[in-house]
Amino acid sequence: MTVAAEINETSPEKILAPVLSAFWDQPDSWTLETYRRHEGYEGMRKALAMAPDDVIAYVKDAGLRGRGGAGFPTGMKWQFIPQGDGKPHYLVVNADESEPGTCKDIPLLFANPHSLIEGIVIAAHAIRSNHAFIYLRGEVVPVLRRLHEAVREAYAAGFLGKDILGSGLDLDVIVHAGAGAYICGEETALLDSLEGRRGQPRLRPPFPAVAGLYACPTVVNNVESIASVPAIMNKGKDWFRSMGSEKSPGFTLYSLSGHVTNPGQYEAPLGVTLRQLLDMSGGIRRGHRLKFWTPGGSSTPMFTDEHLDVPLDYEGVGAAGSMLGTKALQCFDETTCVVRAVTRWTEFYAHESCGKCTPCREGTYWLVQLLRDIEAGKGVRDDLDKLNDIADTINGKSFCALGDGAASPIFSSLKYFREEYEQHITGKGCPFDPAKSTVWADNDAHLGVNA
Amino acid sequence: MTETTATSLGMPQLPAPDYPADVRARLDADAREVIARYPGPRSALLPLLHLVQAEEGHVTRTGIRFCAEQLDLTTAEVTAVVTFYTMYRRRASGDYQVGVCTNTLCAVMGGDAIFDELKEHLGVGNGETTEDGAVTLEHIECNAACDFAPVVMVNWEFFDNQTPQSAKQLVDDLRAGRTVEPTRGAPLCTFKETARMLAGFPDRRPGAVEATGGAGPASLVGLRLAKGEPVAGRGPDHVIAPRATADGTPDAPRADAPTTGEPPSGRPSDEAPGGHPSSHDAPQQTSASDQAGPSPATPEGGATPRGDETAGPAVEEGE
Repeated sequence: MTVAAEINETSPEKILAPVLSAFWDQPDSWTLETYRRHEGYEGMRKALAMAPDDVIAYVKDAGLRGRGGAGFPTGMKWQFIPQGDGKPHYLVVNADESEPGTCKDIPLLFANPHSLIEGIVIAAHAIRSNHAFIYLRGEVVPVLRRLHEAVREAYAAGFLGKDILGSGLDLDVIVHAGAGAYICGEETALLDSLEGRRGQPRLRPPFPAVAGLYACPTVVNNVESIASVPAIMNKGKDWFRSMGSEKSPGFTLYSLSGHVTNPGQYEAPLGVTLRQLLDMSGGIRRGHRLKFWTPGGSSTPMFTDEHLDVPLDYEGVGAAGSMLGTKALQCFDETTCVVRAVTRWTEFYAHESCGKCTPCREGTYWLVQLLRDIEAGKGVRDDLDKLNDIADTINGKSFCALGDGAASPIFSSLKYFREEYEQHITGKGCPFDPAKSTVWADNDAHLGVNA
Repeated sequence: MTETTATSLGMPQLPAPDYPADVRARLDADAREVIARYPGPRSALLPLLHLVQAEEGHVTRTGIRFCAEQLDLTTAEVTAVVTFYTMYRRRASGDYQVGVCTNTLCAVMGGDAIFDELKEHLGVGNGETTEDGAVTLEHIECNAACDFAPVVMVNWEFFDNQTPQSAKQLVDDLRAGRTVEPTRGAPLCTFKETARMLAGFPDRRPGAVEATGGAGPASLVGLRLAKGEPVAGRGPDHVIAPRATADGTPDAPRADAPTTGEPPSGRPSDEAPGGHPSSHDAPQQTSASDQAGPSPATPEGGATPRGDETAGPAVEEGE
């Protein structure tokens, strides 16, 4: 197996591998016309000529793993759908991108919505579904507009609707806007929400593959996972496997944000390191140094500059004590107070806890109380152990992964920055000046970079 | 209970009045179209709630009754859903919802400062509306645009890379009725018109879909680098932490890793910070009954302490 870019490679042309983002700079990149000029819907033609089970096997062989955070093999998820059961099968695309720091699906759908539509047709063919839903978070109207238009164009071109390209496949795609609830990114909460209920997670088993939407077999996939399928079908599984590693093959979108010179989307083979991404893109903002970062959103345990060379694939990040998650690389420099950062994330989890299970509902509430006091200089030394205890009571004991996510920043920040918490307690206040962390704090160095 | 009852228990008055006949007829037709999209009718509830919000600007008792009748649900069942989701407004609000992201990354990058300055500039608090009914100010959670931080959303269109000055200009323009265009998205329409799109009715305005073009600048950085194009700020003076060893052994902890004990800057440690920036609407108070707990908190930032906020979004967004 080849790791596409050697660890010491610094040339962007050799490290990066734009596939989904390859033509985002072209005029009208979101239109069907532009998409077709870039081999759009060719993967679909190849897939529709294959038997559904062969498509599943092909995606499985390619080794595509879920890009929504958990990394479950996509082909295997499709394979779990029982066949010949006489029930309708549903495909649901999770476009509820809300994990703090995560910003890949929204720009992807804004610039290239047809890659998702094409992937949906292929996946629906594979799992023998006639109904697909795109559950888009409601707070992104510009993307909703482009999805409405892309679906309209696809119907007009005969890529959706009845008997697609004479294959016999009938497929309707419904774009469904959510209404503001982070928990609906959890797949079973998403299904409840899509059924018109409060978005609370369901007990598993039964898993959605057996009893999902309307209690029928359902596949729930992330946007990027599905959008990656057309390229695999068009260019081949060997091409896909030529990128990344044995267990984490392929390309993916890394989202660089925070105190970096050039925040943005960087599409690269799995296994690239943060050092490579920073080296090629101008690094941390001028005059500052990296303090802590998340590999995949706020729910993944934070890293420090000790971890700049961790390969950003499922195994590499896992071995270093975190999770690849959504590849949301939020970078914070030395001006940032880690207690402030963790407090704010914890307030988010408390706000978004659905209230179904006690450890998460009560635990996140108490974490916020403790953290606010510590941040305000009113904490006592025992509070740090109490924080750890409460996080431990939530982690692994909650109904869904939201609780685990809430515990992650607590555990990891205490691990790496306990001294900074203690400093808030002994010094009776926060020693940081938030004004120094802002984008405009060092105007001479940073002005214009984001323009 | 009557309208003159001094103490409101927050109970809905039943039955809610219906829409006027002409409005009802129009909404009935829209609702039929929405419901027909779904294999199971109840799936239409979220879009229908967006639809009634498009009619009145917020979800009223009348809207709840309408949805319940369309889907053969009780008003209690519909209310349970309305109160779960933050995008459904529970009271009359402005034409333009200005949401400042104050989740960690945007907050640190300047979102907190923007939110504070807007509160002062507009003279309103979180969730409140200016007297002219133009702007409702809110802080919002992560809106998936972290590479454009700090981010402000107006009626859920993107205003990227904001500063306090640009945000104040933005709200001034909105209040003055001047044309305002997002960095990513279509020229602004009112909150009600936006809600109709969320109900699943596409934006028919000419040019709306293509407005502001393709991907935003940050979305293109990686692609430009991959193509060998120059990108601002790259250069030898931008260095990362050096590797631990000369041969670049991955993952070796750095001997000279900065310790966390001495933040380089900031106010004197004996100076208590003022109202700290996290005081928005997540749980507010420490229970006085927890004697072993942290010192009893004082209500912060002018937010009304509400003892029942642990119940999550449902209670939190309730009024």
